[in-house]
Formats: sequence, structure tokens, C-alpha cells
Amino acid sequence: MKLLALSLLALAFVGTAAASEASPTAAELESELVCPVCETTLDTSDAPVARRMKAYIRARIAAGDTKSEIKGKLVDQFGSTVLAVPPRKGFDLVAWVLPLAGLGIGVVAVGALAWRWSRVRGDALPAGGEGERLDPKLERRLDDELDRFDE
Amino acid sequence: MTVARLRLGAQAVAVTIVAALLGLLIWKVAQGESEVTTELARGGTPAAPLFTLERLDGKGDLALESLRGKTVVLNFWASWCGPCRDEMPLLQQGSERWAGRNVVFVGIDIDDLRSDARSFLERYGVTYANVYDGKSSTVGRYGVTGVPETYFLDAAGKIRYRIAGPVEEAADLDQGIERARRGSR
Repeated sequence: MKLLALSLLALAFVGTAAASEASPTAAELESELVCPVCETTLDTSDAPVARRMKAYIRARIAAGDTKSEIKGKLVDQFGSTVLAVPPRKGFDLVAWVLPLAGLGIGVVAVGALAWRWSRVRGDALPAGGEGERLDPKLERRLDDELDRFDE
Repeated sequence: MTVARLRLGAQAVAVTIVAALLGLLIWKVAQGESEVTTELARGGTPAAPLFTLERLDGKGDLALESLRGKTVVLNFWASWCGPCRDEMPLLQQGSERWAGRNVVFVGIDIDDLRSDARSFLERYGVTYANVYDGKSSTVGRYGVTGVPETYFLDAAGKIRYRIAGPVEEAADLDQGIERARRGSR
């Protein structure tokens, strides 16, 4: 039953993505493209060039272009920096790999530290739950002190 | 692996990361200001950064180097820029006035849609060469602070004068050209 539900969910997701590719909306493209002058997404920009790009997107949608075609035409004119999310190829791949690598290194570092601390604490704990065995000299001195205190 | 070695390794990694970030910061700051801006501020005559860009009239590419030996008026503009519209008739008239005197006008359209740029040139009847730089590859190297901005290059390809903002009078344009021509002698 769970498998069927998951399959249906996956199918729905793929169907939505395909519909978005074939018939994109201006709003979704504007949130995925960046104004080259103000460097914010088009949907949050009112710069003159952003307004022109929005008009261009609407014209291309009306002409029947797919989402990839519209993005491709804008990348051809403004470069890949016009994409809000960098492509997963070439040098732009660094933007994807670097945060994941950083996260991986962080997890390993935290794990190593946790392991080290747990070992240090384990070594410090007395064996068998008894109190730490004192130096005989120190123990004798402590006994003397206690005896004096009793007197 | 002993704890001491682990600690030493972690310290080495941390120092390397900090050094790399510091290097990146220095590189970014050094890149921030173009050599042209620095040289012009010192009163120098920096070499105009070379480029080869697509012509908006569809006649292939234009390489700045091919204009060596001529005085070049290099104007950065965009179709969505109001002051660019205002100065365009002055530039077109200037190109006609200086025609046949070894002076070439070149427009560089930046941060713009190609179709908008072509419509703009047609609307204003611009006949001199204009190239398309939608990716703004020349902006950083020239230290362009905004559009419009005009550079005057001597015959050796050195920048002799710059007008940041619109050319407001024909006399300003002529003055820039004369300076570049004097530099060529």
C-alpha cells in the first residue's frame, strides 16, 4: 500500500515537472532567473532590464517555447549567471559540490571529536565503579589528617 | 592514529582553509577595481582592454585590435537606459561630423536583450558599428561604473579620456576626440 502511494506521488511529481517544462508560467521563470544589473531574481526586481526580460519571457511563452528553450535563450544572451540556480556541469558544479563537501567534512570532524571526547571520558572513569585508587603516600597522608580530625 | 596526530591534522586543515579564504578575499579585492580605473585616477593613459564581440548588424565580429591606428570613441550603452537615449543623437551626429578623419565610433551594448538593442539602433538611426556584450565581459575590465560611459582611445589603443555619464554637448565629444588625437601624435 505504501509502495503504491509512493509510486503515485512520484508519478504526480514527474507529471508536474513535465507540464512545467512544456508550458511554463511567467511567475516560475521569473523566480528562476536573475536580473543581470541588480542580481536579484526577476520577480523581486523592478529594474528596467528586469522589466524588459519579463516582457521577453511572456513573449516567448506566448510563442510556445518550453522552459528550457526560454532559459537557454537568456543564457545565450546574458551568460549562465542569469540562472538563479547554477547548472550542474562545468565550473558551476563547484557551487553544488563545495557546500556538500563542507557538510561532509563538518560531519566527519564532529564525529571524530565526539569519538575522541568519549574515549577521553571513558579513560578517566574509574574501572568497576569504584573510586579512583589514590597514591599510597597520599592515602596515608589523608588517613593521618582524618585521624587528627577525629582527635 | 593518536589524538595528538589527529589534533595536528585538524589544525593543518583549519590553517589551510583560512589561508585559502584569505587568498580568495585578496584576489576578489584586487579584481574589484580595474587597472583602467586605477590608471585613469592617477592621470595615466592605460591600454584599452582588447575584445572581440559580435556586431549587432549581423556582419560578424569586431575586434578592437583591428582599429589600431585610428582614434576610437567607445560608448557603453543599453537600450533600457534613459540617458543613453538622450545622448545617442549626439553620438550619431558626431560620427558623421568626424567621418573621414581617421576617427571611428563603436558602441558596446551591455546587460541588454539583443532584440531590444537592434530595435534601439534602428529607432535612433545609428549607422556606426555597435557590438553586443550581454554578458558584460568588458564592463569589469574597463571599470565601467554605469551606462552610458564613453572612452576616447588614441591610435595606439591607449585611453586618453573618459566621460562617465551621458555626453551632453557636441563640444564634450569633440574635446574628447581632440585629446585622443593629440595623444596619437
